[in-house]
Formats: sequence, structure tokens, C-alpha cells
Amino acid sequence: MDELSLGCVVVGAGPAGLAAAVNAAESGLRVAVIDENDRTGGQIWRSNRGALHPNAVRWLERADRAGVRFIAEATVLGRNRSDEIEVVSGDRPFRIKTESVILATGGRELFLPFPGWTLPGVTGVGGLQALVKGGLDIRGKDIVIAGSGPLVPAVAAELKRRGATVNAVAEQADFVRILSFGLKLARHPRKMFQALQLGFTLRGVPKHFSCWPSRAEGTDRVERVVLSGKRGTVTIPCDFLASSFGLIADTRLARLLGCSVDDRGIVVDEDQMTDVPGVYAAGECTGIGGVDVALVEGSVAGLAVAGRVDDARRLFRRRSVEQRFAAALEGSFALRRDVLQAVEDSTVVCRCEDVRWADLKDRESWRSAKLLTRVGMGPCQGRVCGAALCRLKGWTDPTPRPPLQPVPLAALTSSGQLQPR
Amino acid sequence: MPRTVTLTIDGASITVAENTTVAAAVWNLNGPDMRVSVERQSRGPICGMGICHECRVTIDGRRHQRSCLIHCQPGMEVATRHG
Repeated sequence: MDELSLGCVVVGAGPAGLAAAVNAAESGLRVAVIDENDRTGGQIWRSNRGALHPNAVRWLERADRAGVRFIAEATVLGRNRSDEIEVVSGDRPFRIKTESVILATGGRELFLPFPGWTLPGVTGVGGLQALVKGGLDIRGKDIVIAGSGPLVPAVAAELKRRGATVNAVAEQADFVRILSFGLKLARHPRKMFQALQLGFTLRGVPKHFSCWPSRAEGTDRVERVVLSGKRGTVTIPCDFLASSFGLIADTRLARLLGCSVDDRGIVVDEDQMTDVPGVYAAGECTGIGGVDVALVEGSVAGLAVAGRVDDARRLFRRRSVEQRFAAALEGSFALRRDVLQAVEDSTVVCRCEDVRWADLKDRESWRSAKLLTRVGMGPCQGRVCGAALCRLKGWTDPTPRPPLQPVPLAALTSSGQLQPR
Repeated sequence: MPRTVTLTIDGASITVAENTTVAAAVWNLNGPDMRVSVERQSRGPICGMGICHECRVTIDGRRHQRSCLIHCQPGMEVATRHG
């Protein structure tokens, strides 16, 4: 098996990961960034049909100059010892000797089940945006975007600019709460300006507040969506329905490594260090806050890993300003119970194993549900249904086990992660 | 003049712009249904970023590849609806 020796390994090539890698490498450490994708940038800086965001280009140029290595299409299997992690890239497993790891594993969308949500053509909100950036053609298509959070209007505006017809935008939170969130933006002028731009792009698009998707209908694909709200229901035709309910921190690798997490994400100290020695975390995986806070947190982590604690401290003030925005975000889009009541007995909740709500609603725990139904045991390993069931049933996510992603058996046979403990 | 890539999807030869993901190419050609679930339901991608595994297709004989994470390459052979 191949081995590599480095000063620091960063997991995730989004804004937090790149900022961490650049700062650590510019401080003289040998650094590699690992990512599942074949390109750098993560989700927010996902290349748009090959064109990268200008900010991403700047960070990538710095990374290049500082000699940061990019290991693409790779998944971390686990940490064998405190100075060694194990990675699979394609079919090829290899070990990396490193004293420190920075987790920048980002976030993912919260998907909630409702009747018809498994019809092809029903996607996430960020999910549809990512597919469009990958070349999906939406010109002239009828689109409904229904869910929660700032991503909803942002994606609606982007799709409209690209030639889609946005038939409706629905936000499950109350208008009053959104308004107060808007007022808090006054302390962040750039974000306020972005919000006003979105409002302008979306003029003329029907907007529904306190309103959520209760059913998607169609024969082989989604053809229409039923939106429910205080004023009853409305049925709207669509070729695409984009639906998700905000972002959640991706803490699976952190929990696999033994790091503590709370409701927001991975728990870190002021130097972005977790409670596992040598393991740091930055960006959305420590709490959803957006690209600006991710960049500062990543920079702090990179400097801290390199021992430049004083330089890291100089960034604390900027970080706390950005974190205030994250805090404003949190309360404003709280999930209403109605959204969780859309699920029906026949609704498939676990999409990998086709497990229906009728077989899950009376289970007492994740463990018994898994044993009896195979819920969460398919290829996605509960990434989609797990977060939904935590909200539907009040369960806590079980501690993940390796491998976090399906990997070829050939790659596992030589892996230290399969040895009995 | 944007550069293009020619590949095969379910036996049909198609040409797409460079930097198109396999998921986007399949959807543009045949619609969003890419795989068949364990109960034989049609499914399409939801997350677009490698989380949900609903966009799984066979690429060059390798099954269960997440088509949203992979960019189209010249001569690639893609087969959908395998499972």
C-alpha cells in the first residue's frame, strides 16, 4: 500500500478547506486536500460548466503557489493511529502519515419526505443548482422551489436568470420572521445588498410564506405540486420541484474520529480545534454560517495547525462578526411542525431501501428500526433519511461506522479499518 | 467555440459541452429517471453532490457510479436504470 507523509491533511476542498490548506502551507507545512469530487471548490464554489468563481480562483492560485496537493475523488476511511489516516481514491487505498487533520466537510441539505418526493424531477434546492451548474438545461422549464432558508430565493433567482420560468417560491417560515431576519442583515451591508438584488430578480414571481410542499404528483415524473399553508392549498404545475429545508452540518467523519458534536455541528475551541488531539474543524461542519465565516474559520485552523497562534488570534474579531450573521440565520427559519406532518403511511422515507413511513412510525429507536426494516442501511448510509427521521421521530443520529461511503471491496481488504478492534 | 465531448448514453451517441456532468447529460437526453429502486420505482438525483446516491449509473462497466460527481469524458459509455 502506498504511503504519504505530510504535515497536515485537510478534508474538503470548499472555502473553509482551501483557506485552511493555504494558511497551513504558507506557514511551511506540507499539506494535501482530500475531496470526493473530481474538482476543487466544494459546493458554493462549484464550477459553473467549467468556470470557477473568481474568489475560488484566487484561493486556488495561492494554494498552487504554496504547493498544496489535491487528492481528488477520494474518501477518508478512518484514522488508524493518532499519526495516520487511511484514504481510498478510486480502487486504490493509501495511508497518510500526518499529525494533524483539518475537517472541512461542509454541510448538506435537509430533505424531508412528503408524498411524491421520490418522483424523478423532485430535487433539493442546492441540488438543482448543482445539477444546473453541471450542465442541466432548465431553459423554458416550469419550476417550483419550496422549502426553507436563504438558499430558496437565491436558487430561484439564479434559475430565473438562466431562463427557467419560476412558477412559485414557497418558504415555510412566517413572513414576520423573514422580515426580522432581513432587518438583521442591515449590519452586514454586502449581504443586505445581495438580498435586495434577489428581491429585484424575483419581482413578479408568486411568493408564498408559511407555506410548504404537502404532495408532489405525476405519472412517471413530477408534473405538479400541492402547496399547503394557512390559507389552504394550491396546486401548481411544474417540470421540476426543488425542495429542501435548510442546511445541516456534515459531522459524520468527525463523529467517526470521536469528536464531540452538538446541535449546530462539530464542537471546536477558539483555535478551531476539536476535543480529539490533532483534529481541527472549520466551516459549515462546525455550524451553518455561509462562505464568509467559513473562510475565516478555515484560515484560523490553518494558522493554528502551523503553530501561528498569534496570527490566528488577529482573525478572531472578524470571525465573531461573521458568526453573528450565522446566529441571526439560525432562529429565523425554524421548522414548523406542519412540514413534518406531510408524510403519509405509504410515503417512502428511506430512498435506498424503499422503507415506508408505516414501517417506521412506531419504532422506538434507530437500532430497532434498522434491524427490522434496513432503514438507513443502503448506499447513502442514512445521509438523507437519517436527518429526516431525527426530526420526525426525535431520534439522534447513530455513531457512524467505517466506511462512510461505499468503497470497492478490493480497497477494503488491505485496509487497517477492517481489522478487529 | 466551446469544446465538446462525445459519449454514449444507453447506446445513443451524444455530444455535450465540456465540463458537463454525467447526471446532467443523462437528464438532458432522457429525463430525470436514472435508476430503478429496490421496489422497481423510477428514481432521479436529488442532492447533486454525491450524498443521496439516487443518480447511480453504470459507467464503462463499473456499476453504481454517482453520475453527479463525474464529468463526461470522450468515449465514455453510460448505462442507466441498472439499479
